[in-house]
Amino acid sequence: MNDLPPVPDQVLARIDQIQYELEGGFPVEQGYIWTSCASVENGNPLFWDGEVAAELTDGPVAPPTMLSVWFRPHHWSPGLTEPAVPLQAHFDLKEDLGLPEAIISSNTNVFHHPVRVGDRVRSRQVLRSISEPKTTHLGRGRFWVVDVEYLNQDDAIVGVESYTAFGYRRDDGESQ
Amino acid sequence: MRAGVLHGDVTVGWSLAPLSHDVTATTVVLGALASRDWRPMHHDHDFAVNRNGTRDIFLNTPNQAAWFERYVTDWTGPTGRLGRMTFRMNTPVFPGDHMVLAGTVTSTEVDEVGCGWVDLDVSLEVDGAAATTCVVRVALPIDSDDNPWRRHGDRWRP
Repeated sequence: MNDLPPVPDQVLARIDQIQYELEGGFPVEQGYIWTSCASVENGNPLFWDGEVAAELTDGPVAPPTMLSVWFRPHHWSPGLTEPAVPLQAHFDLKEDLGLPEAIISSNTNVFHHPVRVGDRVRSRQVLRSISEPKTTHLGRGRFWVVDVEYLNQDDAIVGVESYTAFGYRRDDGESQ
Repeated sequence: MRAGVLHGDVTVGWSLAPLSHDVTATTVVLGALASRDWRPMHHDHDFAVNRNGTRDIFLNTPNQAAWFERYVTDWTGPTGRLGRMTFRMNTPVFPGDHMVLAGTVTSTEVDEVGCGWVDLDVSLEVDGAAATTCVVRVALPIDSDDNPWRRHGDRWRP
């Protein structure tokens, strides 16, 4: 069983601090809404029928669970030398804590102002907590919680996602 | 207003009709790309097995959320508006799995600003075991003139 070093002070200092305020790479678009609905065979007429959207929401809106879609960076864009990763605060912790593997173990999403086609959504990340070392069936590591807050172009909160992750080292020595 | 389930029609213990789906590699990859999740464990079998130590590629978190949303709004109709979802992944969902979503109403309430809320426990099961569980809070119309989507600011408290 491997053991873990203490959490560095510079990592603890990030708790409850806003990090990584990011603009979405593109405005909310109808085509992506349909692709998402198709992926789970969601036939909700609110997302497919313009008359229903006009009646209920004064025009097209995105499924609330698409919240994270609008801030995820392109896998490649001009000038980018490394693949961009979303939820950078999470990946920073993997690196800084020396825990090369991670899974998201739970996730709470709270939905506020509807996201509309054409909105520009921006996000900001906040590390909320880091646990003491724990051992699970995956290996030894730590749990942490990262919140992602989403705002539209009018600074209205459209939602908050709270991710609980478990970063770990595999016990079979395969982690790099 | 569009027909849908009204808050007053819902009782605690109400069971939603189950939804079954055979998961394929296409389900996983389409779901990952639809949610703009390019991480290799959701499309690269070799990476999933040899780096993550899992049996295969597996459904990503945002796509599971989309499955839960679809399941709940299939029941509520378009006037149902999600307020909050908390889900916990117990085991990954792989190609070849037959997943079954099931849900039960655990509570109903009208909050102090008159919004009608229903809480549900929803599970995504594979082989009879809950791979993911989800607690969903969804607003339903109080009557045929009410529309939760029209609630903003202090009148929307998810």
